[in-house]
Amino acid sequence: MHSALLAIDLFLVIEKLVLIIAIVSISLVIAMYETYAERKVAAFIQDRKGPNRAGPFGILQPLADGLKLFMKEEIIPNTSNRLLFILGPCLAMMAAMMTSAVIPWGGTLNVFGRPVTLQIADINIGILYVFGVVSMGVYGIMIGGWASNNKFSLMAALRGASQVISYELPMGLSLIALLMLTGSLKMSEIVAQQMDGWWNIIYQPLGFFIFLVCAFAECNRTPFDLPEAENELNFGYHQEYSSMKLGFYLFAEYINMFISSVVMATLFFGGYDVPFFNDAAHADWGNWLVALQGAVLLIKVCFFIFLFMWVRWTIPRFRYDQLMNLGWKGLIPLSLFNMVVTAAFVLWKSNGYKF
Amino acid sequence: MDISQILFYALSALALGSAIMVVISRNPVHSVLWLIITFFAISGHYILMNAQFLGIVNLIVYAGAIMVLFLFVIMLMNLNAETEPQKNKWLKLAGVVAGGCLLLVMVAALKQAEVKGQVAMLGTGDIGLIKNLGQALFTDYVVPFEISSVLFLSAMVGAVVIGKK
Repeated sequence: MHSALLAIDLFLVIEKLVLIIAIVSISLVIAMYETYAERKVAAFIQDRKGPNRAGPFGILQPLADGLKLFMKEEIIPNTSNRLLFILGPCLAMMAAMMTSAVIPWGGTLNVFGRPVTLQIADINIGILYVFGVVSMGVYGIMIGGWASNNKFSLMAALRGASQVISYELPMGLSLIALLMLTGSLKMSEIVAQQMDGWWNIIYQPLGFFIFLVCAFAECNRTPFDLPEAENELNFGYHQEYSSMKLGFYLFAEYINMFISSVVMATLFFGGYDVPFFNDAAHADWGNWLVALQGAVLLIKVCFFIFLFMWVRWTIPRFRYDQLMNLGWKGLIPLSLFNMVVTAAFVLWKSNGYKF
Repeated sequence: MDISQILFYALSALALGSAIMVVISRNPVHSVLWLIITFFAISGHYILMNAQFLGIVNLIVYAGAIMVLFLFVIMLMNLNAETEPQKNKWLKLAGVVAGGCLLLVMVAALKQAEVKGQVAMLGTGDIGLIKNLGQALFTDYVVPFEISSVLFLSAMVGAVVIGKK
């Protein structure tokens, strides 16, 4: 038994542990500053100043908000199901953090002569893993909403669950069209193909659009934030929550936003590929090239995060039947059409462009 | 005992324990949550056998979609432990007898089967990987695959027709 346990490469364990801690803390910090960016973008769009008191330009505002949430009284309703009430925000947070495991964040670093790939797990079902974790995210909302023992929370949780399930279908169908082109589910393989050729957005503009709309719905962002429609449901599925448990729910939404931006950048916009620049020809830059690639990925991600906020402060909320009609009667036929056209092209190409 | 065997026993204990909890929980919502844990343990077994695709599809389809719908219905029906009607004592006894008979038949059937002497291939074998599975499905088993997809399609059409009424 000891020999088998000791046979594990100790350096690999340390390497992965450091990578996990780094990626988790980076996503938490980015999510923290997303809350600040959201308020600044809202202020910019509405011609206001936004937070500007805590620190220069208000950049300490997220810390102040976090401190406020921690200091608030923690209330657990008497009639609630105590265990599940606490489990809800934990699940929401966990599902939000787990997706980052399969994302390639950059090329291969060279740390004291040891190659370190900036990806926690390069499994050969990468995209399906992302998909599986996303479908787990709905349990956080459902369990929290039900355990609150409040009819508004329950209605909001059911809305959230049906919305997520409905929009998973067009999301999967748009991904199938993409997978027909790449022929691989490995995230690293998809990025490598885009580094050599064109980005996938060139081949799949419609697929990307469907994916984007579904990502908005999966993150419960405006215009699809029906689970937290204040005017119909008071406050939504987290109505009974207070203090940091509420904070976890709100925070999970921002992490989801970050992660879905990363997934979109990776699948459709070349991942860590530096545009108009031949990465392979500059391999002698070593670790600096990897750092550049990571920075480029972050820039792409920041653009998508801005897009999320831009849409939130521009487009009003859908009505619930409009949301369902859009999902089932609009996006699913559209993504099926996209899939059939892509399949026909792939077949035509494999025939050597002959009929 | 190497690490995959330890994992195997831990996952088996988790699967069996949570499956028992599904049956004996008084609150239906708790039953559903235990069932989700059972699915996770079974997916863990798939991954131990290097069948990553089956493992993740099990999670997406069962834990991610079907159990959400289960939860959905049970939450809307508002079945609490207090309001649940108590079953007749004889009915419970009949259930135990029927379950015991099923167990007996399964033990007898497994005793005859040849799997007894075989050990599961842990960490080896690659039939569960997506490439091999796809090739097997679309070459050797293409007719059953197509027939089952027609069946699913007709079920879908049927559900829409019933929903329209």
